[in-house]
Amino acid sequence: MLEKADQIFILLRNWLVGFLPAGWQTAAGVVLGVIGIVAVFPGLFAITTVLERKGLGRIQNRLGPNRVGPFGILQPIADAIKSLTKEDIVPRDADAVVHFLAPVFLVVVVFMGFAVLPVGRNMVLVDMDASLLFYFAMGASTEVSIFMAGWSSRNKYSLLGAMRAVAQMISYEVPLLMSSVVIVMMTGSLSLVKIVEAQNQYSYGLPHWYIFTPWGFAAFVMYAIAGTAETNRSPFDLPEGESELVAGYFTEYSGFKFALFFLGEYLGMLSISGLGATLFLGGWSAPLAVLNWVPSWIWFFAKVMLSIVVFIWVRGTLPRLRQDQLMNFAWKFVLPMTLLDLVVAAVWRFMGDGLLRWFVCSAILIGVYVAAGRWGMRSKHFGPRSYRYAE
Amino acid sequence: MGFPFWILAALTVAGALAAVLLRNLVHCALALTVAFAGLALLFLNLDAQFAGFAQILVYIGAVAILVVFAILLTRSTETPKDGGVFSRTWFVGLVISAGAFAVLGWALLQSQPGLSLGPATAPAATVQQIGTALMGRYVLALEIVALLLTAALIGAVIVARHEREGTKEG
Amino acid sequence: MITTPLAGYLLVAALLFAIGLAGALTRRNAILVLIGIELMLNAANLNLIAFWRYGPHPEALTGMMFAIFSIAVAAAEAAVGLGLVIAIHRHAHTTDLDEINRMKG
Repeated sequence: MLEKADQIFILLRNWLVGFLPAGWQTAAGVVLGVIGIVAVFPGLFAITTVLERKGLGRIQNRLGPNRVGPFGILQPIADAIKSLTKEDIVPRDADAVVHFLAPVFLVVVVFMGFAVLPVGRNMVLVDMDASLLFYFAMGASTEVSIFMAGWSSRNKYSLLGAMRAVAQMISYEVPLLMSSVVIVMMTGSLSLVKIVEAQNQYSYGLPHWYIFTPWGFAAFVMYAIAGTAETNRSPFDLPEGESELVAGYFTEYSGFKFALFFLGEYLGMLSISGLGATLFLGGWSAPLAVLNWVPSWIWFFAKVMLSIVVFIWVRGTLPRLRQDQLMNFAWKFVLPMTLLDLVVAAVWRFMGDGLLRWFVCSAILIGVYVAAGRWGMRSKHFGPRSYRYAE
Repeated sequence: MGFPFWILAALTVAGALAAVLLRNLVHCALALTVAFAGLALLFLNLDAQFAGFAQILVYIGAVAILVVFAILLTRSTETPKDGGVFSRTWFVGLVISAGAFAVLGWALLQSQPGLSLGPATAPAATVQQIGTALMGRYVLALEIVALLLTAALIGAVIVARHEREGTKEG
Repeated sequence: MITTPLAGYLLVAALLFAIGLAGALTRRNAILVLIGIELMLNAANLNLIAFWRYGPHPEALTGMMFAIFSIAVAAAEAAVGLGLVIAIHRHAHTTDLDEINRMKG
């Protein structure tokens, strides 16, 4: 019974495909998988928007949306109808073709990234040898669509926003890749399915997730920082800083195309969360051996939604960075720390079992972290704030 | 020589043609992205999965973006006022490239019969094998590439940074 | 005319190379010359991968390795080349190659 609950989607797909002639079954299976992805993740996107507005409202001492449906949970439907019925305005000087292609390209590329994420036991659309590389290739392609949007609008705020977004995404892609390389090195495979399988073991009832090792924890922190920047989320949301750039690269978008950008952005957040859960939090494996009876896909989506909640919490808490701080942080702190983490992971690998490697690896990471923090702060003097003009 | 090959080949060649023929440089860069994507798909068609994804990651994710950054930083989107976008000696260049294509095509047609030697089934090239080869037989090349990339990184920063005031007038 | 798969790939690569060469030789803008060079490098990569796939010893991975190294080197080449273009633009205020023809700054 529980076995069936775990594999329910696979069984459902096989049952549906069984109605077709034998030659069509493989193709139909893939099409059904694509339909599943295209149905489930936008559904999560709708939940995320209402969760974000309610959560931010709670953090900022207000109610948030509460008119449509009980407690406002039907708000996404109202938003969708509104954006679908709005007029689609294209600026007169805009490059109409590129202006149209940018949001479509973004959404297509982000959806393709989901194809390699294992959302449950045996539940992955494409299991290929180099799936992590495929994911990052798709992630890198989103930069082109953001540039297309910003440039084709013929608007200085759009262009500035796009340049900021692209520079930021390129800078944080390096630490994002490097923190994943640590996991690849320790697993010995680029296949996300194999990475999850390597973590799906238990000793004393506790899981072998990579986050529960010194190098894994450090890599996870770096991944979380780089992932937040990669999805242009607060506190790294300079590309769309309202006070400076109106809305960044999608200033000139309205109606359905704006909705596509919005969708692409939230899907990017969901997919970065999904990859983070897969790499560090054991993917679809249960957090305790005794909880293995719960269907695997529930664990995956629970982990993704948990990291979405953290994203919202961070957005409600931290102030926005400045552009130079952002770049310095990426190149002078996050990237060196991920490189150090690679070395630490190698040390861990060759020290053999035992408690000693825990102490050595933690000591290196904490020591360098504290030293780098001290060194970075050496020229900063924190005293009473002084105002030049206000007094 | 299936159906997908000709579509991908047409896509790649059309992207490349647009990249060198269009007037607006940003359009050229975007057409170049199309050509890179077509090439990546051709690599996948050739069972070179790793090389195909590396192509997308490096060329579309980095080189194309670098090119558009350079275009915007040098304000090259405005087409020159005098004359077209082609150089004064465009005819010579065209003749040279047509000659190069003629030679390559002639060599290709001459060697047709000998070009069907390899196995028909796809050779296995897993990431594991590539990694082992990189760390074994090709480790020296890997180290040299690492050195070259470091040198290029530093060199690009030095070349592109602002010249210090006083070392140069104007 | 084109009878084997390998010949098809080689023909596409030859076309790409010729297009890249024509772009590099006929355009006035320095950035477009770099675009042409990138196309030529990519044509060579396609040749390498095609020969690896249909060559007599695909298990040796030689062609594939060569292409991967070539991709890495091309990234470095693009970064330095575009850095040079930006430096020239700062110096001469143009990227038009017909105007940048003096040895003196």
